[in-house]
Amino acid sequence: MAQAPAIQLEGVTKRYPGVVANKDVELTVNSGEVHAVVGENGAGKSTLMKIIYGMVRPDEGTITINGAPANFRTPKDAIDAGIGMVHQHFMLADNLTVLENVILGSEPRSGVMIDFEGASERIRILGQTYGLRLEPNQKVEKLSVGERQRVEIIKVLYRGARILILDEPTAVLVPHEVNELFDSMRDLSEEGHTIIFISHKLDEVLSIADHITVMRDGQTVGSTTPAQVDARQLAEMMIGSELPSPETKESTVQDKVLLDVSDLDLLSDDGRPLLEDITFAVRKGEIVGIAGVEGNGQAQLVDSLLGVAPTATGTISLAGESMVHLTTRERRAAGIGLIPEDRHRQGLLLPSPLWENAALGHQYKEPYANGIWIDKKGSREHTAEIVRRFDVATPTVDVPATALSGGNQQKLVVGREIMANPTVLIAAQPTRGIDIGAQAAVWEELKTARAAGMGILLISADLEELIGLSDTIHVLFEGKLVAKLNPAEITPEILGSYMTGAGEKKAS
Amino acid sequence: MTVLVDRYREAGRRTRIVVIALVAILVMTIAELVTGTSDLTSRSTASAALRLAIPILLAGLGGLYSERSGVVNIGLEGMMISGTWFAAWGAWMFGPWEGVILGVLGGAIFGLLHALATVTFNVDHIVSGVAINILGLGAMRFLSSIVYTPETGGSVIQSPPIDGLPNIDLPFLAGGQLFGWNSPDFFGWLENLELFFLSDVAGILRGFTGGINWLTLLGLALVPITVWLLWRTPWGLRLRSCGEDPWAAESVGVRVLRMKYYGVIISGMLSGLAGAFLVLVQAGIYREGMTGGRGFIGLGALIFGNWMPVGVFGGSLVFGFGDSLRFRGPEVVRSFILAVAIGLVAYGVYSAVRSRLRAAIVQIVIGAAFLVYYLQVVEVSNQLLAALPYVITLLVLAAASQHLRMPAADGARYAKGEAR
Amino acid sequence: MKSGRLLTAVVAPAIALVIAFGFAALALLLVGIDPITAYREMWVFGTTPESLIITVNNAVPLFVSALAVAVGFKMGLFNIGVEGTYLLAALFAAYIGAQFSVTPVLHVTAILLVAALVGAFWAWIPAYLKVKRGVHEVIATIMLNYIAFALSAYLFLNVFRAETAGLTVATDLIPETGWIPSLNPLLTALGIEVRAGANLHGFLVIAIVLGVGYHYLVNKSRFGYDLRASGINPTAANASGVDPKKMIIRTMLISGALAGLVGIAPLLGFYHQYPQDFPRNYGFNGIAVALLGRNNAVGMAFGALLFGFMQRSALILDLRDVPKEIVTIIQGIVVLAVVIVYEVVSKYVQRRVIASAAAATDFDPVTSGVAA
Repeated sequence: MAQAPAIQLEGVTKRYPGVVANKDVELTVNSGEVHAVVGENGAGKSTLMKIIYGMVRPDEGTITINGAPANFRTPKDAIDAGIGMVHQHFMLADNLTVLENVILGSEPRSGVMIDFEGASERIRILGQTYGLRLEPNQKVEKLSVGERQRVEIIKVLYRGARILILDEPTAVLVPHEVNELFDSMRDLSEEGHTIIFISHKLDEVLSIADHITVMRDGQTVGSTTPAQVDARQLAEMMIGSELPSPETKESTVQDKVLLDVSDLDLLSDDGRPLLEDITFAVRKGEIVGIAGVEGNGQAQLVDSLLGVAPTATGTISLAGESMVHLTTRERRAAGIGLIPEDRHRQGLLLPSPLWENAALGHQYKEPYANGIWIDKKGSREHTAEIVRRFDVATPTVDVPATALSGGNQQKLVVGREIMANPTVLIAAQPTRGIDIGAQAAVWEELKTARAAGMGILLISADLEELIGLSDTIHVLFEGKLVAKLNPAEITPEILGSYMTGAGEKKAS
Repeated sequence: MTVLVDRYREAGRRTRIVVIALVAILVMTIAELVTGTSDLTSRSTASAALRLAIPILLAGLGGLYSERSGVVNIGLEGMMISGTWFAAWGAWMFGPWEGVILGVLGGAIFGLLHALATVTFNVDHIVSGVAINILGLGAMRFLSSIVYTPETGGSVIQSPPIDGLPNIDLPFLAGGQLFGWNSPDFFGWLENLELFFLSDVAGILRGFTGGINWLTLLGLALVPITVWLLWRTPWGLRLRSCGEDPWAAESVGVRVLRMKYYGVIISGMLSGLAGAFLVLVQAGIYREGMTGGRGFIGLGALIFGNWMPVGVFGGSLVFGFGDSLRFRGPEVVRSFILAVAIGLVAYGVYSAVRSRLRAAIVQIVIGAAFLVYYLQVVEVSNQLLAALPYVITLLVLAAASQHLRMPAADGARYAKGEAR
Repeated sequence: MKSGRLLTAVVAPAIALVIAFGFAALALLLVGIDPITAYREMWVFGTTPESLIITVNNAVPLFVSALAVAVGFKMGLFNIGVEGTYLLAALFAAYIGAQFSVTPVLHVTAILLVAALVGAFWAWIPAYLKVKRGVHEVIATIMLNYIAFALSAYLFLNVFRAETAGLTVATDLIPETGWIPSLNPLLTALGIEVRAGANLHGFLVIAIVLGVGYHYLVNKSRFGYDLRASGINPTAANASGVDPKKMIIRTMLISGALAGLVGIAPLLGFYHQYPQDFPRNYGFNGIAVALLGRNNAVGMAFGALLFGFMQRSALILDLRDVPKEIVTIIQGIVVLAVVIVYEVVSKYVQRRVIASAAAATDFDPVTSGVAA
C-alpha cells in the first residue's frame, strides 16, 4: 500500500526583483523519512522552506501535502496542515519564558485565561518523549543555544506538527549537541514524523539523512541517498565544479610580534567574568585563528581589542606600543582593522552610498579625509579601486550599500579594511552567510595580505576555514583560551570537541 | 547597620522600592515634627497627591499598552489634550458621563493616527509622536475657535464651565456609605490616635480612600486589570510578544500589525480618559495648556515603573505628590525642603557605609545646602514652585534609570514579511 | 537616483501641503466658510511687499530653530527643548545686553555669545543626564522646557525686570549699540519700495551664515560624517572610532547654542528688550520646519518661509470672520502628513534604486565619475 508522500513539490518558482530564488523546483519527501536539502548559500533552500511553511507564496507550481493540494497563505495554514518550522535564526522572545514562547499563538484556554498548568504538563511530556528536556518557567534569554533549539522543536511539536522543517539546525551546535539532536530526530522519525532539514555540513547529512536533494542556483539538480554518494561528490553536485580549498601552501610567519595580548580580563556589569586571562600573540605574516562556538566571548574579545569595551583590564600592545589607554579611534589609527562578524550591525551604513561606507573606520585620514573635511573626490576614487580589485558587483560607487548582495557587501568591507593596510586585521566570521564564490575570494585576499606581512586575527566558528587558513589556532571556550593547536595536526572533529570544552577526544 | 544594608542590597527591585517609600515617609514625618506642620503626610496631601496622580497613571498605563506592543508613544500629551477638549465639549453639550466617553474617543482618534503613521507607514515612532503633539495642539485650538465664542461663554483658549463627577468615600476603610448606613472609618480612627509614624501612614491611606471620584476608582482598578489582561490572557501574551519579538510572533501566526494597532489605540483611549479626568474631576473647565506636560510625566512614570503596571502606579504616586506640593502652601513646601535635606544626609550616610566616599560627600554637601536654604527661605516663589513636578520627574528618572528593561522590540521598525 | 532625490525633496512636501490644505478646506466647509475665498484672501494679503518682509522676519527664527533641532535629528537625538531654551537665552541676553554699551559690533557679538552660551548650557543638562544616567533626552528636554518657563518667569518678575514705572513690564531697553540694523536700505538700493514700519531684520544675514555653516558642518566635515554615522548606525559608528558619549554632548551643545540664538532675531531687530509677551512657539514650530525640510538646509529654509507666510497671511482672516486658527491646524496636519509621505516616497525610491542596481552589475567607472 503506497502512502502519498508527505510533501510533493512540482514546478515551484519564486521570483524577487533582480533574482529568481526558486526555479522549477521538484521535491518529494516520503512520510517518516529524514530528508536533507543541501546547497551552497544562495541556492534557494531557505526560500523553498519558507514556501512550504507558508511564509512566502510561490509564483508558479504546485504543492501537495499528504496527497492533498495545499495553498498556504500564512504560516498558520501550514501549522494547521501539520507542518512546523524550526528556523535557523531562532524566533524566540528573550524576555518571555519557555512556556510563553511555546504556546504563543496557540494558547490553551481555561475560560478566558491561559491554562498554564495544562501547557506546562504537555511541555514536560513532550520533553521526556523526545529527549528535549526543558524548564517551562525559565526566561529564554538564560538558555544556551542548544536549549533554545529544543524550545523551537517543542514549539512545533506542541502544535501537532507531523512534518518538521529544520533550517541549518547544526550551524550553532557543537558535536555533542549535534549528537543529541540527531538522537531526537531519530526518535521523531520512528514515531512517524517526517523531517526535512537544510544543511551544508555534508558529513552530518550523510550520517543522518535517509534521502538527499541537492539544489543549485534555485533549481533541484539531483536526488540521491547516502549509500550512493560521498561528501566530495555531494559538494561537487552543489557547486557544479571543483571545490575551492582554503589550504595554505607554505608558511609566511616571521618573528616580529605585531599584536601582543596578555592577561586580558573583562567583567560584565554584574561581576561575571566574560573574558579571563586571555593571552596570545599575532606575528608578522601570521594568521592566528580563534576557534569557538558563538557566544563564548568572541564579541567581547573584539570589543576589548577595539576599545569599545572600556572596562577590560590587561595588556594589549600593537607593534610594541601599549594600546590600553587609547580610544577606539586612536587604536584604529594606530593600525587595527576590523572585519566585523555582523556587517550590517557593525560594518556598514546601509542607506549611505558605497563611498561613504568605504570611509567607515577610516574617516579621519587619507584618502577619505582632508584636514577637517571629508574628501569626496578622494573617497570615490579610492572606493572605485576597492570595487575593481575586490570584484564588488555594483554599477557605481554611489549606490546605497543596501542595494548590494550580502556577498558583495562583505567584499566591500574586506576590501576597504585590507586596502587600508592595517598592522593587524581582526577578521570575525569573515565568510559568514556569503556564497562560495565570494568566500573563496575572501580567503585568497586574506592569504595575500598575510604573505605581504599583515598579521590577521581570524575569529571563526567555521572549522574548515580555521584549519585551512590559520597558522596557529587558539580555542575560546566560556571566555577562556583552553587550547593552542597546530592546524596541521588536527581534524575538524578534534577541533570541534575542543570547542565544547571536552578536551582531546581519540579520533574514531 | 551594615547587616541591614547588605540585606537591602540583596533584595529585589520591588522590595527596595517599598523600603525607600517607607523611609521617605519616615523622613517627612521627622521633618514635620521639626517644622511643626503636619501637612506633608496628612490625608489632604495624600488625597491631592492621588488626585493628581491619576491622570499621570492613566497616561502611563496608556504608554504601557503601546510600548508593550512595540510602539513608542511620545504623543500621549497630544492624545490627552484631545481628551480634555472632547470631554469638556461632551460635558457641556450633554453631561459629565458623556464627557468621559467623548474624552476617551477623542484620545482614541489621535491614537489611531499615531498607529497609522507608525504601524502602517513605518514612520519613526518618536517623530510621529512629536507630530501628533503638534497636531493635537493646533486642532484643539482650531475647534475651540469655532465652538467656543463669547456668546457661548468661552473663548479660543477656554470653554464655559461644566459640571463634574461626584466623589465618594470607600466603606469600612474611610467611612463611606453602604446603602444609606455609615460604615466605620478605620484609617480615620488610626490617624486620630496621633501615634508617631503609624498615624502618618494611616493618614496617607485615609487620603487615598476618602473623597475619591469614580474615575479615580476606575483608574486604580485599571492597574490590576492590566496585570491580568497582559499576563494571564492569550490576547495579552500576543500583545507582549509583539513588543518583545514581532518576527517570532509573526512566525507563529500572531497578527502583529493588528495587535500594534490595538495597543496604540488603547493608549490613546487611556490618555483621553486622563484628559477627561483633568477636566471633569479637577478643573471643571477646559483650558488650553491644562495638561501641562502630564503626558510626558506619565511616560516618565512608565520608565520609572520598568514597563510594569504596578511600577507605573508607584511612579505616578511619586510624580503626583510632586505635582501637588505647589498647591499646598508655603509651610508644606518648607517642610518638604527640610525633608529633602534630611533624606540627602541619610543617603550620604548610607553611601558612606557602602564605602562610596566621594558620592557620600557630594550627597551630604547638597543636603546641607538644602538645609541652609530651608533655614533662610520664608516662602518659595510661586514661579519657582511651578517647576517642582518637572524637577522631581527629572531627578527621579536620573536616579532610577539603571537596571531598566524595556520591551526588547520597543520602537523597532517592523514590516510584515520582512526579515529582522 | 538624482530624480529620486528630487522626488523626495520636492514632491513629498508638496503632496503633504496639498493634503493639509485639503483637510483644512474640508474643516472650513463644515463650518460654512468658503475655503477658496479664504485662501485667496490669504494669498493676496500675504504677497504685498510689507507682508513678504514680515514673512521673512517670521521665517528667520523658525529657520534657526529648525537648524537646532536638525543637528540633533541627524544624530538620532531629539532636542524638544528649543522652546524653553530660547526664551531663557533671550531673557539673559536682553538683561545683560542692557547693562553696558560698547561699539556696535562688539556689543551685538557679546549679546549673541551670551545667548549661545545660555542655550548650550541648557542643552548640556539633558546631554549629561543621558550620558551619565541613561535618561532619554525626549523626556529630559521636555521637562527642562517647563523648568525653563518657570525659571524665566521667576527671573523676569523678580530679578531682571526694569525699574521703570509704566504699563509695559519688560527688561531694560538695550542701548542702540546693541541693535541689529534693519536691511531696508539694502532693499531700496535694489529698487524695492517699502512702506515705513516694515523692517527687514538684519539677523537674516546671520541666519544665512548659520544655515551655510550647518550644511558644511553636517555634510562635508569629518565631524559631520561622525554625526550622521551615529544617527544611521550607532554600533558601526562606535566600531569606526566615534566616541558615543562625546558625540552626544558635542551635538547637544551645538544644538543648544543654535537654540539660544533663536530669540535674538526678534530681540535685537524689533523689541530691544524682553517683554512679558515675548513671542512663543518658535521652538515647536521649529521642529515642524525641521521635519518639513527633512533636516536639509535649503528644505528647512523653504519650510520656514512657508510657515512664516502662513503666520502672516492668517492675520487677514480675523478681519474676514474666519478663525485664524485654521493656520495652526494646517501646520499640524502638514507635519504629520509630511512624515508619512516621506516614508512612502523614500521606500519607493529605494526599491527602484535597489532594483536598478541589481540589474546593472557591470561597474561603470565613467558614470562613477572616477578615472578609468
